[in-house]
Amino acid sequence: MTEDTIALLKENVIQGRKTQDDEGIEEGMAGTPGVLELIQMALEKKISPEAIITQALTAGMQIVGEKYSKKEYFIPDMLASAEAVGAAMDILKPHLEASNIETKGKFVIATVKGDIHDIGKNIVSILLKGAGYEVNDLGIDVPTEKIVEVVKKDKPDFLGLSALLTTTMLAMGEVIEALKKDSLRDKVKVLIGGAAVSDEYAQEIGADAYCIDGFAAIKVLDAFQEARA
Amino acid sequence: MPREGILVHTPYERITNEQVLQIHQASIQILNDPGLISFNHETTEILHSNGAEVTPVPNSDHPCWVVKIPEKVVLRALDSAPKTVKLGARNKDNSLIMKGDEPRVFFVSGSETNIWLDVDFQAYVKKSEPTAEVLVPEFHPRRGTVSDLCQAAHLCEHLETLDAFIRPVNIQDKDITEDNKDVNKFFASLNNTTKHFMAGLTSLKQLDNVVNMAKLIAGGEDELKENPIISFITCLVKSPLQFVDDTSQTLIEICRKGLPVVVSSSPQAGTTAPINEAGIIAQINAEVLAGITLSQLVNKGTPVIYGSVPVRARLDNLNDSYGAPETSQYNIDCVQMARFYKLPCYSTSGVCDTKTPGTQSSIERLFSDILVTLSGPQYLHCAYGLLDGNSTFCLLQAVLDDAHFQMIKFFLKPPQIGQTEIDNSLKQIREVVTTPQKLYIRYIRPLMRSGQLSMPYPFEGDGEADNVLALANERMKQLLSQPVEHIDEATTSQIFQEIPGILPRLNIYEKRSQQ
Repeated sequence: MTEDTIALLKENVIQGRKTQDDEGIEEGMAGTPGVLELIQMALEKKISPEAIITQALTAGMQIVGEKYSKKEYFIPDMLASAEAVGAAMDILKPHLEASNIETKGKFVIATVKGDIHDIGKNIVSILLKGAGYEVNDLGIDVPTEKIVEVVKKDKPDFLGLSALLTTTMLAMGEVIEALKKDSLRDKVKVLIGGAAVSDEYAQEIGADAYCIDGFAAIKVLDAFQEARA
Repeated sequence: MPREGILVHTPYERITNEQVLQIHQASIQILNDPGLISFNHETTEILHSNGAEVTPVPNSDHPCWVVKIPEKVVLRALDSAPKTVKLGARNKDNSLIMKGDEPRVFFVSGSETNIWLDVDFQAYVKKSEPTAEVLVPEFHPRRGTVSDLCQAAHLCEHLETLDAFIRPVNIQDKDITEDNKDVNKFFASLNNTTKHFMAGLTSLKQLDNVVNMAKLIAGGEDELKENPIISFITCLVKSPLQFVDDTSQTLIEICRKGLPVVVSSSPQAGTTAPINEAGIIAQINAEVLAGITLSQLVNKGTPVIYGSVPVRARLDNLNDSYGAPETSQYNIDCVQMARFYKLPCYSTSGVCDTKTPGTQSSIERLFSDILVTLSGPQYLHCAYGLLDGNSTFCLLQAVLDDAHFQMIKFFLKPPQIGQTEIDNSLKQIREVVTTPQKLYIRYIRPLMRSGQLSMPYPFEGDGEADNVLALANERMKQLLSQPVEHIDEATTSQIFQEIPGILPRLNIYEKRSQQ
């Protein structure tokens, strides 16, 4: 029974079905339990959150990633799966805390001051949440002071800064300088992204990485995790 | 169910109804003055006996006559020409139903090129970065063979957008002669595609053999009439305004068989037709009307297709310039003229001046492919695989063209705007604006795999690499590895017994038994 529920959960992650109302990719799935319903069933069956995460959610996302690389899946498929996993993680969060199980890390993300563009940032948020990170999205046009304050208070492992414009990307450098001033720079890895920035710009302002998209961000974070281990 | 092609809901019209009428009247005047010069005796006789004024041309090297065709004869022919023409196919699901007043476009290959372009890919290593390897296509032109024609038909069978097959390569094997070329090109094509097959005749003497072969494949004479798996194309009028002796005779004989035929003319603006738009269109229209008139006088009700291949002259060498915008203008004008007569139209697009597949060929061909398709010709010879004008055929280019036409067909889908769609959209908008991320992405998925969204260009490389040709080459190999439904063994055997001249190596059953 445990194996059945885990297998169903994994399959529904692959299908990108958050709830029973979602259609997924295979025909005839609408109306059958989706990830959220199956998570509840799994918890009722006392399946450990760790098993749910590793054997169903992460294993499912792994396959989704492979299908995306092979061009069998597109961004909407990837996001649907990530959204389902993100919503599942919200349900699992209190159970994880109770069992002292840690997430992959805390990730604070923001579009910097003066910039209101957030499509890319929102997609990155969904993907990272789906990849098992605890994401705190501060929104758009976020003042440098507020970002520094959150880093000081919440102690995230990672900070993601987004900017679309050549005029607003300068605020990324300001954030890094402000983090240095408050002796926080070595406490958090800073990742930058957005149409205006580049690898060179990341080096110029002293960011830890430039990520062209959400998938690159996941790879960079995984590399950080491996280096830390 | 016949093939669907693509219906152009709102066809692009370049000239006004008044201009269409002006061209028509000008063409009628041309047919009466100066009329045409006929080099074919029977054509002259037929037109003369139906009211045309005929005057011998004195002091000519070849016997010829000035033929002036009165308006009423032309109008009578236009009246009797069928407004719907069916082109059958070995697989009846591949039949085409062409209605002269319905702008439903069917995409077709062609024309007969002499050069076959082989492609292979060589790996090159970057000197400054020895680990970086790139694949570079190398093109090898050679003379086309009957085996190439089989391969072209095989590939075209599997090209999704291609609705009918015109032989794209001239077979030039050592054992191919003028006397056996027609039977071999018809058999090679029909045996490797279940789509409709159209070709010109090399030798009128082979017409009976070709038609008899088609009867055997279709299942009999009546079956061939009901399901004409073959049709012909004739360019009987040489511009300006001359009935050619042999092709006029060919048209006459084809009409007697009652099989579908394209009456085509291909003037070049600037050399064999006036350079101005009004002039070339009035002339080509007169030339096609002359051919259609002859077809109906020979055999009233012959299924005839209005064929127009006008082109502008290149100013540097006076070759045909298919890439010139004027060529598309002329073609679209002719589509409108055919629609005015409610006759199905054979039109042309996609021919390009460049010699190898690549960026230039794609730009040149797409320009006319999009424009001419938008005007809604029923039978569009859109040059799958053709390069260097009409000189070269390349399978790789045909695969690229298929991808282009998938996009064009998608573009022509009718707009989905109605009250239901508006209501659903309002619901979606109201839902999304209340979410924190304000993204509509989740609504994409239900449409993605149902064909309601266009798919990415199939030959897009990863990152910044341009791998279009290499990826298209892979697709080509994949298509050629798919089987083709050949003519069955009993019919093949009967064809080889009854139709003389077909090369024994084309008998796949004999080949198999020898292996």
